[in-house]
Amino acid sequence: MKRREFIKNTAAAGTLVGVGGLSMSTLPLETKKQITILHTNDVHSHVEPFPSNDPKYANLGGAARRLSVIHNIRKENPNILLLDAGDMFQGTPYFNFYGGELEFKLMSKLGYDAATIGNHDFDNSIDGLAAQMPHAQFDILSANYDMKNTIMDGLTKPYKVYIKDDVRIGVFGLGIKLSGLVNKRMYKETIYLDPIEIAQDMTKTLRDQEHCDIVICLSHLGYDYRNKEVISDLNLAKATSGIDLIIGGHTHTFLEKPTIVQNKKGAFVLVNQVGWGGIQLGRIDFFLDGGVTTNKSVYYNI
Amino acid sequence: MKLKIYIYISLCYFSVVLISCKKESQLSLQKVEATTIPINPDIVEDSSIKAFLSPYKSNVDKEMDSILAFTPRSLTKKDSKYNTAIGNMMADAVFEMANPIFKSRTGYSFNAVLLNHGGIRSSLSEGAITTRTAYQIMPFENEVVVVELSGKQMKEMFSYLEYGKAHPISGIQITLDKDGKLKEALIQGQTVLDNETYFIATSDYLQKGGDSMTFLEKPVSILNLDYKIRNLLIDYFKKKDTIAPVRDNRFTKDQE
Repeated sequence: MKRREFIKNTAAAGTLVGVGGLSMSTLPLETKKQITILHTNDVHSHVEPFPSNDPKYANLGGAARRLSVIHNIRKENPNILLLDAGDMFQGTPYFNFYGGELEFKLMSKLGYDAATIGNHDFDNSIDGLAAQMPHAQFDILSANYDMKNTIMDGLTKPYKVYIKDDVRIGVFGLGIKLSGLVNKRMYKETIYLDPIEIAQDMTKTLRDQEHCDIVICLSHLGYDYRNKEVISDLNLAKATSGIDLIIGGHTHTFLEKPTIVQNKKGAFVLVNQVGWGGIQLGRIDFFLDGGVTTNKSVYYNI
Repeated sequence: MKLKIYIYISLCYFSVVLISCKKESQLSLQKVEATTIPINPDIVEDSSIKAFLSPYKSNVDKEMDSILAFTPRSLTKKDSKYNTAIGNMMADAVFEMANPIFKSRTGYSFNAVLLNHGGIRSSLSEGAITTRTAYQIMPFENEVVVVELSGKQMKEMFSYLEYGKAHPISGIQITLDKDGKLKEALIQGQTVLDNETYFIATSDYLQKGGDSMTFLEKPVSILNLDYKIRNLLIDYFKKKDTIAPVRDNRFTKDQE
């Protein structure tokens, strides 16, 4: 009983600290944990910085600099998940020359944990993607592409639970509708399943069976569309529950900060995307404590 | 000493209550912070990655840096509405380079070109145009196909274009009224006749329903020219000394 009192009190203290804008590191929580999510999307084979004569992104980006940043963050907090929301391939001659080998080798060297499949990852056909899989020392997560009748069968997972500092982080992948976007001869017998239905199955599995503390959706659906009927990250967030964070891609959206969306149960979901071409790295820090309460406040300092 | 290599964006606080159904877990989410880290030139490049990339880079550079032409000013596909200089250049290049090939195989010319705005994958930078430029603008392996469309399919094409996006076109003239409705649509200066057919050069990507251009999916006839659009651009750049396309009146909207 005494311990519960203590947790309650510190949670209350947390409220004051949160509102006051001080750092969490001053909180005296016994089991305080920090999980850092780092993410990219639509890197499109930009292994090097953009050329110096690029009208918009001159000298920005590059895998070598991205690794320096990641190294520094890892030194600060080893409990990192590094994720990519798809369209790793296509956009520079490195892809045309080497077919994605370089992209996958670099992502492995940078320490990526998982990526999902973007429409351009089929640009050398599903066979071209499968051919590069030996170079990927990270998980390819896709819950709504049924690839059973393709060469990719067994090479992807719908989701994976990553355990960092005893925190269970469930990550699942969602891909965009391929017909009308990619030639069928490229994606072959890949079957696209409804992202919203699949997302609900995933969150149920990850919350109820896998007992995840954090659930992340790695999405290549796109941030938002003029036609609201088209499934986007924003309407996925609204139509589902159980997701804490959607890391998006496809629309090359530069967000000043993540968008907070209320899900169908009224809880909050963060939706983030960091443009394209590797010119930014997104960082989301989750702070957890050892409380056993079922009702709690979460502060979004974004 | 830790290098300060990113900007911490702390804009505002949101205090929200989250009702959790999580009973099994001992952990609860307390706070979420977000920052965006620009990968800018101040950041020191990791030497192991640089060394790893080096042989790949020299191989690619050798091929890509040969100069093909010059352009006096930078162009992007977002420069203007309805039609853009860079899009006009692409559509006109397809018209100029692919028509002789089509004619050599069929004995007649195609009437017009339709590409898609989303297919312009890069801007054109002022100065030298190299093989790399062609790869940047057109990284995909798509090829030129010529479809024969019925008058009805042509009208479907015009109602698709009525949306107003600056899809690259050549040989087509479109005017929208001030409300954005289709006012006039011409192919080679003529109105489309229902009982006539028309030959349109496009990419195999669009012909197979890409960008929802469904009017291209079931043409009266189809001929693949086995000519990659990127190679077409390389040939076009080699043929010209200077690339200086302009925005023109091929697709316009009446003023209020």
